[in-house]
Amino acid sequence: MLDGVARFWREIPQRYNLIGNRCGSCERTYFPPRETCPYCRRKSLGKMKEIKLSGKGKILTYTIIYVSPEEFSNQAPYPIAIIKLDEGPKLTAQIVDCKIKDVKIGMRVQSTFRKIQQDGNIGAIYYGYKFKPCRGKK
Amino acid sequence: MEDIGIISYGAHIPRYRIKISDIAKVWGKDPDTITNGLGIIEKTVPSPDQDVATISVTAARAALLRCVINPQDIGAVYVGSESHPYAVKPTGTIVGEAINATPILKVADYEFACKAGTAAMQTCFSMVKSDMIKYGLAIGADTSQAAPGDALEYAASAGGAAFLIGKEKVIATINETCSFTTDTPDFWRREGSRYPAHGGRFTGGPAYFRHIISNAQILLEKMGTKPSDYSYAIFHQPNGKFPLNVAKMLGFTKEQIKQGLLCPVVGNTYSGATMIGLASVLDVAKPNDRIFLTSYGSGAGSDAFDLTVTDQIKKLEKNKAPLMSEMIKNKEYIDYATYAKFRNLLQLE
Amino acid sequence: MRDVAVIGIGLTKFGELWDKSFRQLIAEAGSKAILDSGVSGGDIDAMYVGSMSSGRFVGQEHIGALVADAAGFSHLHIPATRVEGACASGSLAVREGYLSIAAGVNDIVVAGGIEKMNDVSGTAATETLATAADQEWESFFGVTFPGLYAMIARKHMHDYGTTKRQLAQVSVKNHFNGARNPYAQYQKEIKIETVLNSAMVADPLGLFDCSPVTDGAASVILCEAKKAKKYCKEPIKIIGSGQGSDTLSLHGRDDICTLGSTVHAAKMAYKQAKIKPKDISVAEVHDCFTIAEILAIEDLGFVKKGEGGKAVENKITTLDGELPVNTSGGLKAKGHPVGATGVAQIVEIVKQLRGEADKRQVKNANIGLAHNVGGSGATAVVHILEAL
Repeated sequence: MLDGVARFWREIPQRYNLIGNRCGSCERTYFPPRETCPYCRRKSLGKMKEIKLSGKGKILTYTIIYVSPEEFSNQAPYPIAIIKLDEGPKLTAQIVDCKIKDVKIGMRVQSTFRKIQQDGNIGAIYYGYKFKPCRGKK
Repeated sequence: MEDIGIISYGAHIPRYRIKISDIAKVWGKDPDTITNGLGIIEKTVPSPDQDVATISVTAARAALLRCVINPQDIGAVYVGSESHPYAVKPTGTIVGEAINATPILKVADYEFACKAGTAAMQTCFSMVKSDMIKYGLAIGADTSQAAPGDALEYAASAGGAAFLIGKEKVIATINETCSFTTDTPDFWRREGSRYPAHGGRFTGGPAYFRHIISNAQILLEKMGTKPSDYSYAIFHQPNGKFPLNVAKMLGFTKEQIKQGLLCPVVGNTYSGATMIGLASVLDVAKPNDRIFLTSYGSGAGSDAFDLTVTDQIKKLEKNKAPLMSEMIKNKEYIDYATYAKFRNLLQLE
Repeated sequence: MRDVAVIGIGLTKFGELWDKSFRQLIAEAGSKAILDSGVSGGDIDAMYVGSMSSGRFVGQEHIGALVADAAGFSHLHIPATRVEGACASGSLAVREGYLSIAAGVNDIVVAGGIEKMNDVSGTAATETLATAADQEWESFFGVTFPGLYAMIARKHMHDYGTTKRQLAQVSVKNHFNGARNPYAQYQKEIKIETVLNSAMVADPLGLFDCSPVTDGAASVILCEAKKAKKYCKEPIKIIGSGQGSDTLSLHGRDDICTLGSTVHAAKMAYKQAKIKPKDISVAEVHDCFTIAEILAIEDLGFVKKGEGGKAVENKITTLDGELPVNTSGGLKAKGHPVGATGVAQIVEIVKQLRGEADKRQVKNANIGLAHNVGGSGATAVVHILEAL
């Protein structure tokens, strides 16, 4: 089944380059970008500035997925984590290049570019972020 | 004459490895005979979420981490591979988007068996030379497939490298490049076919050796140099033996090719092969080192380059991205069953 | 604001009901509730039905009208509305019905919930449940619904020392209760070893930490309190109704181990009812996964944050404990037909307050609480009930 490609094309800047935004009023950073800041609300209308996040952060919590969705079955079991990026926003992503037993709460990680999903064998391929352990002590 | 050449570079090989002896055992072959005969100990295996696009992006980003340029000044991206994720839809646009080089950008995907990446380098070199672009990014990467049980299965691996070409702060000048091309069907893959086919021993003499030797001799003559004038030599490496033989035949020594010979521990990364060999050399090269690179692509052709490393290489922030030696050490072994699952060798309905 | 009471309840058996269709289930629950209430069809002013994903499970939307039709009311042309809030759809339907009576718009309302999950494959059911999570920023990247709660569990274990054994005890307790509930999907008690050794779904949650895929429907008849005694001997008054929302994604929450939506909904309900958590005699909480029950008893104010695991270990929430939780068997043992759950929880509380809970009866139950959650906590609804 060929899903609409527009929905995932639209978010390429977020999935490829971690483009978020910052409130021009209170300077809070958001990922994915928001139309308005939940704290400043109307004061932030038209004042949200695009910003590229560094991709560095740490693991807040994680799980190892054993029973996975079909598209991910050839990678199971795999770690999924909630990561707090250095700039503040949190996101959910797969952890790669790391042995399952080495994934820990508090681990420093950095983003990497990987295939996330594909629409069967004839549909589009969707790329985006996964996270791997930081090189050295960063 | 302006210095035109490599401004920065990056490479990537996947973390997973499989031992050649483990593959040999599955097919009932003597592991030692295979390992010693091919000169390959282990090869890289891409995880299911890696492909030529992800390897190219990782290598390109590594190149950009090491230098300071505005990605918007990159005028062209050419990705060479024989395992592009799409048959129609370029890998180059995915890379361009992921490094913030779009939208004012010339892009195309290249294909010429294992020399698609060096062909991309030649194109970027000429576009910079003619002032059509400020910087060009040439990438060679592959996650090539080999039929289970075929001889190619011992070598076909995954990896790639990216070279940023320009005129400013050049770390390795491209002094000259030349190519030798004929219509020689030594190895091919038909449209719609899953695995490549090849002519067995025909891939040796009339193919690999003829084109590399002819091209190398043309370049040496053009430059008025002898093999001993070079600090490093890099040859295409479909296994660990061919490059040793061709080096000897041309008059290069084992020491000269050692740094750029990664096949024994990485396998044959096809369009990435000579490219990651060059990355490995640049990881350790010093100013004034001279490099001789000759690639080979089945079908058939060879691209040769004569490069001189400059003082600028000392200023390149190499440690901002992993060196080849670091990536070679960073590994996790898998067995054949996992390899078959990752490489989609098991046909699922 | 007028007072509202529950005057009738109806429930189908929960389980893999191959012989029953979507329409049959809701008609069964609805007619049982109407019979129980003493009202006649013509007295009903409106219908509200909760179903998370009738579209994906049985290919049917527009089920407000369908339910009125299946119940035989289409010629009365009464308002019929479908309400959705993922796994909180059922209690949202009850709340909407409640609000319409409290506001003086309706006098008698049917509020039901239904989900028919077994007409699609297990994979399709799992994917449909995952639409309760953030599709773009959670599900797309490979996290499953159990995976989200597993991440909560891991953080709770890390921050508060909660153990896998304590999680398992929730499951054992709920199966003990379910064995005493003829409507429950699972009727057998289980041993803690079974839970601890069950196959991994998303570490640290195993198969027996997860509620099942279930078919089922439940229904309640709500009536303006002053009129209630006209129809029913023992009306049960809704003394508090609260609802809260939060970020759709788990990663967006302020505290991963606290469901702010539950805290907000509970505060609303306690305030309206003019009671405190310690006044609750019995509670049905949303145990879609064992960790969810532990979070619930903390967020509802029964125990301090972080002490949920210990409370379970100290048997505070067993059938004969200080505060029995999930006497019905909970989502774990009773089953979790997603849209029906919220209504079924209220049915159990009404049974307890009427003294009709048979082998599960909590002695002297006089104030009960029902807590229903949508997704990983983006929606929460709390109702507090008291025998009139």
